[in-house]
Amino acid sequence: MPERPTTVAIAIDGVDVEAYQGETVLQCARRHQVDIPSLCFLEGVSTMGGCRLCVVEVAEDPRLRPACATTVAADMEVTTESPRLRSYRRSIIELLFAEGNHVCAVCVSNGSCELQDIAVRCGMDHVRYELRSPRRHVDASHPKYVFDPNRCILCTRCVRVCAEVEGAHVWDVAHRGHGAELVTELHQPWGEATSCTWCGKCVAACPTGALSHQGSAVGEMRHAPNMITWLVAARQRGEWTEPEARR
Amino acid sequence: MATPIDLHEVTEREREAQFRTPLRVKVCNSTSCASAGSGAVLQAVRELAEGEFGNTVAVSQTGCMGLCSGGPLMRVEQRGGGQHDYHIVTPISAERIVRNHADHGTPTAEHLLDTSMPFFARQQRIVLANGGVIDPDRVESYVAHGGYAALAKALTSMTPDEVLDQVRLSRIRGRGGAGYPTANKWALLAAAPGPVKYVVANGDEGDPGAFMDRTIMEDDPHRLLEGIALAAYATGAHRAYIYVRAEYPRAVERLDRAIKVARRNRLLGRRILETDFDLDIEIRIGAGAFVCGEETALLASIEGRRGTPKLRPPYPTERGLFGAPTMINNVETLANIASIVANGGDWFASIGTEGSTGTKVFALAGDIVNTGLIEVPMGTTLRDIVEEIGGGIADGHTFKAAQTGGPSGGCIPARYLDTAVDYDSLRALGSIMGSGGLIVMDDRKRMPDVAKYFMEFSRDESCGKCVPCRTGTVQMHHLLDKIASGNGGRRDLRDLEHLCAVVRDTSLCGLGQTAPNPVLSTLQYFRAEYDALIGATEVSDA
Repeated sequence: MPERPTTVAIAIDGVDVEAYQGETVLQCARRHQVDIPSLCFLEGVSTMGGCRLCVVEVAEDPRLRPACATTVAADMEVTTESPRLRSYRRSIIELLFAEGNHVCAVCVSNGSCELQDIAVRCGMDHVRYELRSPRRHVDASHPKYVFDPNRCILCTRCVRVCAEVEGAHVWDVAHRGHGAELVTELHQPWGEATSCTWCGKCVAACPTGALSHQGSAVGEMRHAPNMITWLVAARQRGEWTEPEARR
Repeated sequence: MATPIDLHEVTEREREAQFRTPLRVKVCNSTSCASAGSGAVLQAVRELAEGEFGNTVAVSQTGCMGLCSGGPLMRVEQRGGGQHDYHIVTPISAERIVRNHADHGTPTAEHLLDTSMPFFARQQRIVLANGGVIDPDRVESYVAHGGYAALAKALTSMTPDEVLDQVRLSRIRGRGGAGYPTANKWALLAAAPGPVKYVVANGDEGDPGAFMDRTIMEDDPHRLLEGIALAAYATGAHRAYIYVRAEYPRAVERLDRAIKVARRNRLLGRRILETDFDLDIEIRIGAGAFVCGEETALLASIEGRRGTPKLRPPYPTERGLFGAPTMINNVETLANIASIVANGGDWFASIGTEGSTGTKVFALAGDIVNTGLIEVPMGTTLRDIVEEIGGGIADGHTFKAAQTGGPSGGCIPARYLDTAVDYDSLRALGSIMGSGGLIVMDDRKRMPDVAKYFMEFSRDESCGKCVPCRTGTVQMHHLLDKIASGNGGRRDLRDLEHLCAVVRDTSLCGLGQTAPNPVLSTLQYFRAEYDALIGATEVSDA
């Protein structure tokens, strides 16, 4: 058994909880069953802090802090839900829906999509912003997997998993701003990417329908981001027990 | 083999050479004057001097003299006093002017510039002191005007802590925009452990209409090198980088030459000026991304990676370039350091205001008579800058607003013209000092268009890493476009204001957090213009 870490007391939404020294607010909150929404965070790979959904209020700090990248400190008072946070989170989700082509009814990941889950949770019943409806080309050149950039939210989980866990670094981001897109190798079709090991970790980690198995029909795709977390932890501990919470 | 420069001897030699020539002609060869044709003027005067006057007329290029709208500018100095500045010179008029001086010792009334005008008289030049004075390509010229004396003084008679103390006494704040106390940053790096530390000069000036740092790097490169050397000495660093944007090829060229010359003269490299201090400086060239002015993105770019901001903490002074403690200072900040060390921190602190000491360089642009580069003490009122130094609004129009801080700043209306310009007063008005771009707008400008312009800039320069900035700027630009073209309704304005709050409060880095500022400040002071635009289309408010 690993040694018990040192603890500090923090308050999450007015409830005093025990936090491990060095862990983030997000990790602490999730251990205590407080589910702060997040799309880019994936336990086991590096923190990106880009989706901004996990922003929380910290007492005596005028700025919002991303829970995924804020380390706990003794006597910290964190607020994870407030009218302001709810309205900001809903706006961010709406912005994501307006940016890409997210049509749940025809999506392979319908019913197994973190973007969809959070949208429902935020009570997003419509999008206030102009739908950009971009024309993006699906890359189905890989024999096993499909990349549909229309459903991509640029969380870069695939980039990090591929580079940090598989060590292949097939994926990366090209261009910037509203022109930013995911590419395989040097913008070659995925099927021609010789660095790809066909391991499927990117597909497992994807929170939306952007990455899926070839041949999946509407609603058939099941992602397994927890498998990545389990794999990394197992490697670190050298223990290969059956994952507890495999999706 | 590099031989150490003898500062005293070089100064003497330069003075002697000056004394030997009866007439010295200096042609501003800075970017704006060069684009106005100063290269041809310089060539014409050189040919004339070499052909006809032999050794009696010395011709050299020089750095920015400030009045860019009057370019090309030329300065003629006569032995035993007498200095005349000329504006809008051509190769032909330049020849005539030089001939008049050489043959008759008289200035030419045509093209003569009145240097007692407020544009020159109201300025106080510290950073730009060498503009119109030295030849940027000759280290001897810089040395003869006091260059590297501060470094020699620091290395031979001051400890690193004493240098830091002077910077602390000066109370100088970062010239890049945020105004963080420079000494605090230095102290953090000085206290950081380990033998490997870096000093980085941020020359990624990207605000539309700003060219302060460009001018410093092009026209007084050794001043920057000296500032970096002092910063490195005070903080214990032995490696430094200058990050210059690729759009400044002239700055890259001149800095590159300056670094080589400095190495040859033992002003850089091992055992600088025969002391135990080593420092080397390298140039890194950006690839055209505005976001690389943000410090963590800048470091990523130096490392050869994609220029996107990283989450802080850890701050660069803890874990920066290649994982080592790193301090990033703006070019203008570093250009002040030699003067601070030479004259003492108290001297610097006596200039400007209590909270913002020293001078600030502004790039004056827009609907104003005198455009160009000015340096004024902090606390100078906006009215002085616009009406006195700037010469007022051009073409008989009236002042409407001054935009400071570029895409991160805001518009200041006429009723605040008497505001003393410093970090805190501008922030109180909903704008920021920024790096020093100051765009004056007359009564013909429509504020929603101005906001739209800056939003388009932020949209195109967003790196795309965080959702609010990447997608929020797209939607804000769309809403501004809709409103500015008269097709927006009340709901669009409401959505726009809400998005401003979302992007400001949730974005990852400073670019996103400040991107709504042009909208927020124009809404604050010119709301009636927005209201008038949406008033006509009540129907779409359904």
